[in-house]
Order: sequence, then C-alpha cells, then structure tokens
Amino acid sequence: MSDPLLQVKGLGVRFPVRRRRFGAPPQWLTALDDVHLEIEAGRSLGVVGESGCGKSTLARAILALVEPHAGEIRWRGAAVRRSDPAGLRRMRRELQVVFQDPFGSLDPRMSIGESVAEALDALEGLTESAAVRSRVAAVLEEVGLDPSLARRYPHELSGGQCQRAAIARATVVRPRLLICDEAVSALDVSVQAQIVNLLSALSVRHGMALMFISHNLAVVRHLCDEVLVLYLGHVVERGPRESVFSAPRHPYTRALLAAVPEPDPASAPAAEPIVVLPGRSGAAPPARGCVFQARCPRVDALCASQSPSLAEAGPAHVTACHHWQTLEAWPAGSR
Amino acid sequence: MTAAPLLSIRDLSVDFVTPRGRVQAVREASLDVASGECLAVVGESGSGKSQLFLACLGLLAARGATRGSARFQGQELLGASAAALNAVRGTRIAMVFQDPMNALTPHLSIGRQLGEVLLDRGLASPQEAHERSLAALQGVGLADAESRLQQYPHELSGGQRQRVAVAMALMTRPELLIADEPTTALDVTVQAQVLQVLRRARRDGLAMVLITHDLGVVAGIADRVAIMYAGRIVEIAPVRELFAAPAHPYAAALLEAVPRLSEASVGRLRSIEGQPPTPGEIVQGCAFAPRCPDVAAICRREAPALRPAATRAVACHVPRIRPDRES
Amino acid sequence: MSEGGLWSEAGRRLRTNRAAVVAGGALVLLVLASLLAPLASRHAIDQVDWTLSPLASPPSLANGHWFGTDSNGRDLFVRVWSGTQVSLLVAVLATLVSLAIGVAWGATAGYLGGRVDDWMMRFVDVLYALPYMFFVIILTVVFGRSLWLIFLAIGAVGWLTMARIVRGQALALRQREFVAAAITLGLPAHRIIARHIVPNVLGTVVVYATLTVPQVILFESFLSFLGLGVQEPLTSLGRLVAEGALEMETAPWQLLVPSAVLALLLLCLNFLGDGLRDALDPRTD
Repeated sequence: MSDPLLQVKGLGVRFPVRRRRFGAPPQWLTALDDVHLEIEAGRSLGVVGESGCGKSTLARAILALVEPHAGEIRWRGAAVRRSDPAGLRRMRRELQVVFQDPFGSLDPRMSIGESVAEALDALEGLTESAAVRSRVAAVLEEVGLDPSLARRYPHELSGGQCQRAAIARATVVRPRLLICDEAVSALDVSVQAQIVNLLSALSVRHGMALMFISHNLAVVRHLCDEVLVLYLGHVVERGPRESVFSAPRHPYTRALLAAVPEPDPASAPAAEPIVVLPGRSGAAPPARGCVFQARCPRVDALCASQSPSLAEAGPAHVTACHHWQTLEAWPAGSR
Repeated sequence: MTAAPLLSIRDLSVDFVTPRGRVQAVREASLDVASGECLAVVGESGSGKSQLFLACLGLLAARGATRGSARFQGQELLGASAAALNAVRGTRIAMVFQDPMNALTPHLSIGRQLGEVLLDRGLASPQEAHERSLAALQGVGLADAESRLQQYPHELSGGQRQRVAVAMALMTRPELLIADEPTTALDVTVQAQVLQVLRRARRDGLAMVLITHDLGVVAGIADRVAIMYAGRIVEIAPVRELFAAPAHPYAAALLEAVPRLSEASVGRLRSIEGQPPTPGEIVQGCAFAPRCPDVAAICRREAPALRPAATRAVACHVPRIRPDRES
Repeated sequence: MSEGGLWSEAGRRLRTNRAAVVAGGALVLLVLASLLAPLASRHAIDQVDWTLSPLASPPSLANGHWFGTDSNGRDLFVRVWSGTQVSLLVAVLATLVSLAIGVAWGATAGYLGGRVDDWMMRFVDVLYALPYMFFVIILTVVFGRSLWLIFLAIGAVGWLTMARIVRGQALALRQREFVAAAITLGLPAHRIIARHIVPNVLGTVVVYATLTVPQVILFESFLSFLGLGVQEPLTSLGRLVAEGALEMETAPWQLLVPSAVLALLLLCLNFLGDGLRDALDPRTD
C-alpha cells in the first residue's frame, strides 16, 4: 500500500505580532493548530472556512512558503523541510499551485508564454527553445487557450484567460497534486463554471490530485471527494463529501451550510436563529476549550473548559464537537 | 402599476472616452423601481450594472458621459446641478458600496461619522444625532453600540464596517437604498447577518436596488430581477418567475452555471462558452449572439429591444418563453 | 525578455502628452547642439580672441561671437555648448552609477526582508546622515578634481535615495502572488530578484532617473560655484554660471546665456520626467 501523496500531521503555524516595546516577548497569532489531513493520489480534498480560518496559511505551509512551528508535512513519505533545498526541489516538481488573483499571479512584465516557459525551465530544466515552444503550445491548448495567445501579456487578457494561463503554468510539468487557493473566487459565475470544469477534466485526465481551498461551498461540493472544515486554525470536521454535506456533525458546518443563500426563491431563508451566527470569525481563538464556543448555539460548560478532540462520527468522518451525537437531525434534502 | 415609480430610468446610456476610443458601458437601459420594492440587478463584469446607478447619482468618473433620463420622484437627476443632486444624495437616495471604506473615513470615530450625516445637513441637534446614531447601530445588530460609537473603522471587522455603512446610509431615512455588491467581500455567515439587516430595513418601507452577481442573494431578498449583459438590460421579471422559467438564453444559462449546494450534482457544470465582450468592443446585433445556444440569423444583424409584456420584459429575438403568451 | 507590450503602451501614452513631447524634442535639440556646435564652430573653447577690445564682448552676429565672449575673450557659444556636453555627461553617468548600485541594493534588501533588509537599510541611513558636501570635498582634495571622480562621487551618494525607493517597491512586490508563484517554482532568490523584481520596478526607476538628472546637473553646478567642479580647460554649465555671476554687472550676458541654457535643460528634463511618470503609471481609468 503506497503512501498517500500528502500527509499533514499536527501542523501548527503561528506568526509573530510585532510589539513595539523593546525586550518584550513576542506575541503570537496562531494561524493553524494541530491540523491533520491526507490526500491520496488522484483524489480531491476541499478545504472550506471563512476569513481567518487559516486555509491560505495551510496552502502556504504545504508549499513550504511559511515555516510551521509544530507538526510535520510529508510528501510521498518523505518529510518536507524548508532547510532541505534538494528535497524541496523534488517536491515542487510534483506539487504546484494556482492562486486567487488571475492577474496578480502572473508577472505583468512577462508574456504568458514566457511565464509557462519559466516553469519548464525551473522545474524540468528544459531550455531548448523548440521543445519549450511546443510544450507551451500544447499546454495552452489543453487549458482551452489558443496557442497564439502565448505572446500576450496578462493585462491584455480577461480574468478567465489569465487563470487558464496560471493553470497552464502549474500543470505543464504534470504535478501529482495541484493546490487551488480560491482559484475561482475572483471570476464571474459563467467563467467560474468553465474553470471548475477544466480543473475537473485535468484531474481526471492526468490522475492529478486536487486540494481545493474555497469559501464557496457549492463549488466544493461539486468538485471534491472529501471536505475539511477549518475554523480559526482548527479542523472542526472532515469527511467524505456526501457524508459532510448531507449529515454535517459540527454546529459550525451546519451554520455554514445554512448560511449559503440558495438560488431558489422557493426555499425560504433558513430559520434565522440557526443561520445568523453572532459575532465574527477572525477573532482570536479562546485560551481554553472549544475554538467555536463564542458563537456556538450549543455551547455549555464542557465546551468552555475542554477542547474537543476529533471523534469518529462515521466512516472516515470526524468532528471536533463534544455534543455531536446529540445535535438535532439535519433535515434530509435541505442541503 | 398604479402608483408612480420611485425611480424611473429611460434609455440611459453611459459612454466613456478612453485613449482607445469610445467605450459604451451602458446602452439604453430602461427600468422602474417602485416604492418599497427590492429590485436586484444582476450581471457579470462589464455588464454595466454599477455604472448605470453611478450615472443616476452623478457619481461617474470624470470621462463619463450620460444620455437619457433618470427621474426620482419625478425629479430629473441626469444633468441636475450639484446642489440639486446633493439634496437628494445621502438623504433620499442612499448608497452602500462593496468596500465599506468607501463610506467610512479612517480617522474619524464611528459616532462622529454617523452624527455628521445629520448634523452637516442641519437635520438634528447634537443630542438627537447621538440618540439616532445609537439607534442606528442597534438597528443593524451591532452589540455594545455605545462603545462602538467611540471606535474607529480599523478596529472593526469587514462585516461590522459594512453594517456601519448600512447604518450610515439609513440615518436620514432614505426612500431608496442602492447597494452595490454589499456582501460580495464578506464571509458567508457575515453576509447572512448583513442580509438580515437589509431585510429588516425593507420591512420599514425602504425601496432597494441590489446590484450583485450572486443569484443566491437575489433569491433570498429581491422582488424583481433585472439581468444585464454587455451594457444592456436583457430581462426584467419577478424573482419567482425568472428562477422558474427564464426567458432570455443568457439568464437561463446563468442559472444553470451556478453550482448549487442543494444538488448532489457530480459531473460538469453547465458553463457558457466564450466570454462577455470587452467594454470597448463594437457589437453588431445582439451582444450575446456569439455565445447563445439559441442564436438565429436575425440575432447577428439586429440588437433586440427590451419588450415589456405583462409582468416581464425581455430583449431577445428568440426568447425561451414569450412573455405575452404567459398564462 | 521582450517587454514590447507594456513599454509600447507607455510610449503611446507618452506621445499624447504634449508637454512631454515638446520637452523631449527640445531636449534632443539641446543634446544635438551640445555635440555638434563645438565641432562646427571655428572657435576653440580656450582660444582667446585678441582682436576684441575689451576682451569681454557682448553677443553679436558681426564678430562671429553669437553668445559673446567671457572676460578672457573666449567664445561663449562654443564654451556654453561644451559645458552643456560636460554637464549632461556628468549627470547621465552619475545617474547610471546611482541607478546600478541603488537598484541592486534596494531590490535585494526589499525582497529578502527581515534582518538583511534592516541592516542594509540601516547602512543607507548612516550614509544618508553623512554630510554630502563634506564627503565630496574630501574626495576631491584627496584625489584631485578629475571628471571621473566628480561623477563617481555624485553617483556614489545619489544611489541612496534610489535604493530607498526601490526597496519600498520591492517590499510591495514581494507580497504579490506572482512572486509567491515564482518561489513555488523553486527559483532561487537571485533569479527572482533579477527576473521578477527588477523589471517591475523599472518603471519607477526610469521616472526617478529622469528627475535625478536635473538634480545632478544642479549639484555639479553648485560644486563648480564653490570652485570644486571640473577643471580647466573643460567647462560645465555650472562653472560658466559661476564665472558669469562674477561679471554680472558689467557683462550680464556671461551669466544670462549659460543660465538660460541650464534652465531650459532642467525644464525639459522635468517635463519629460513628469510625462514618463504619468505614462508608466498603470493606474489610469
């Protein structure tokens, strides 16, 4: 049984919050705390959460753009460390990323052909111009762009076209895992659908695994086999798509699902006490107890004093809630 | 409709002069907003939905020119003097933007900014202004309103700032609120809070124009929907009718392209081929023709006009539903 | 690396700016004059015309001295254009030196950030605090007043501001997603700085450089005024102004002519620099 492509265990990432006083100990903002996840070859994992949940930090930690202070990341069984440049280079050849801003993720001073060629040069060492040209043309066609657009600059293209170019750059070396960090969030609805379809097609065609980070639950439901829900840097629920979406076992997941406005006027907005969570995410996590206690409708003394560990609520489905067994039945077919 | 509409826009066009030539952002748009109703205006980038209402309020960037008419309670807004516009803007018509920092000044406290809305226009005494500011913050669901008044915008989160922006807009008890993508930048749970605030405001008789690209938001709050494409209004219909049976192929395609949480759908999303025309592109015939699954020969020659019929209006030569034949 | 797209876009925008176009044209004429006039003229820059009495004579077409002569009887026309040549040479070379050092320093500091950035910029701050004049004077005293030394000295101090500006830009660029994308491609820092940071600061750098050139010319003029500028027989606009100022009451043309040329030169450079800044600024509606 081969190792899963990506294994994340007990990952913790924190950032210093600068204190202006000399000699005072640094304060830390914990972006991620004790995160576990695994992605097998060819599978897709959706990571959902709101602002401040740490999903982008998770992507950056996996890509070795930030240094974790705890836990480990294993790529195909081998530990990933920022201090090991050779290992990183091997990993980067197989693990690539598409970012949120289609215009921002491409160098405005390079044509998109040059951006893609740079990937070939950096990751495969391919510099021979004829070979590079043909690979670039091939990958541009594969993502639905006319190869003649290789000479264009990002500002001459639309958002959707730029995002396709970014996908071309990321996939030209045939990575085993593609991380999509809010890759469709900045696109129009009709273009979003095109890009989601493209990612799905590429994944199937090349056996490429996907880690799809998004706040858009509907897209995640569409695209991903498994879902991971983050809240203030903690995993609150994780499981297979159907299991999580049709029978969510954490109050936050439920609130999240209920809050998504459905494009169907026949379905009235869900009963307001469930939908509308008080307060906001992005506040600092509490010192003790469950990370969701400040906004949870089910909070009690146990929640305030003890942080729940991940409990198995179903096959491959875990939740971090003390009271998951006593939550009301989730109305069947409502989401 | 027996009562006169609150806002009546007729054949409004917005042109921009750019170094690359003339760009038509809005082409002959016509619509009405009735008193107390919520009209959602839906479109993607380049549809002109924001420009249309910025033009009505005289807020267009320097190189924009408008033609046509926009009447608010019978008073013509286009080409009105700055004084006339100022009497209407911020008092009878209020606006909320996507970025709340468009409304909030970073260096003034919340209380000061809320109060200024009334004090600057001599609409209340300082004592009254303070009370109404407090009530406004409570009205948008911000806890601990008294201390919020002392805070500065940077101390609040995005969602809280947007709620303050809404509170500010409602201070003068306007008759019409124009909200341009008010929840687009917010988390979904925070969006639910802000939408709740807007729904509550509507119960007091506020009419609203909600500019958005999110069909889910539209379904939850709007009475009628206007769909815009490439600067033109292509369909106007009551919300339920539009979602149940869209007439314009673009509206239909948009509804199909939206991924829905409720469907355990796997497989391809129904996307629309191609992309919308860039704002400067000269378009012959219907702008949606290159992407339309139902395109006919006439579509490429002649741009369809918006034909009103019963409760709906469609601008299409080959609509899926003929509005005048609706039972 | 082809930059066609963005630079030609900027060029087009620049051409629509009339002030910049006129200034650019005038600048070209001035440069041509400074190069060709000394060659075309039959006077040499240090040749004394003994036929004149007094030696200092006002501009006249009759005696062939179109700008007049200075107090030593030397033709001012040829001296002014030679001086312009020298001023421009010093300014351009000094700016290039400060550009080269400043961009490299600033881009590296801004991109690497953290401690490296702190120390590199602290070094800049310390140098900034040194009295500039003092430094140049010491250099000229120790190494003599050669042309090369002048522009080295000016360039060596001018890079400080360029470094600060570039470092600020680099810090902002570092946050952009295309830099993160380059890191995930495994590109080493020096390649990222060279291929992604520097090309994206060039817009600001070009603008700043065109605005630095007039500053350098003025500074060199100031040095000349103090008697520390270029040595005989070479002359610069600054020297001419300095010399002319002494004769202001008796022979005003000796001050007016070089001053006018200097002012015209500075005006053209400033207009052009402004035009370039507007053209290269992507934030247009």
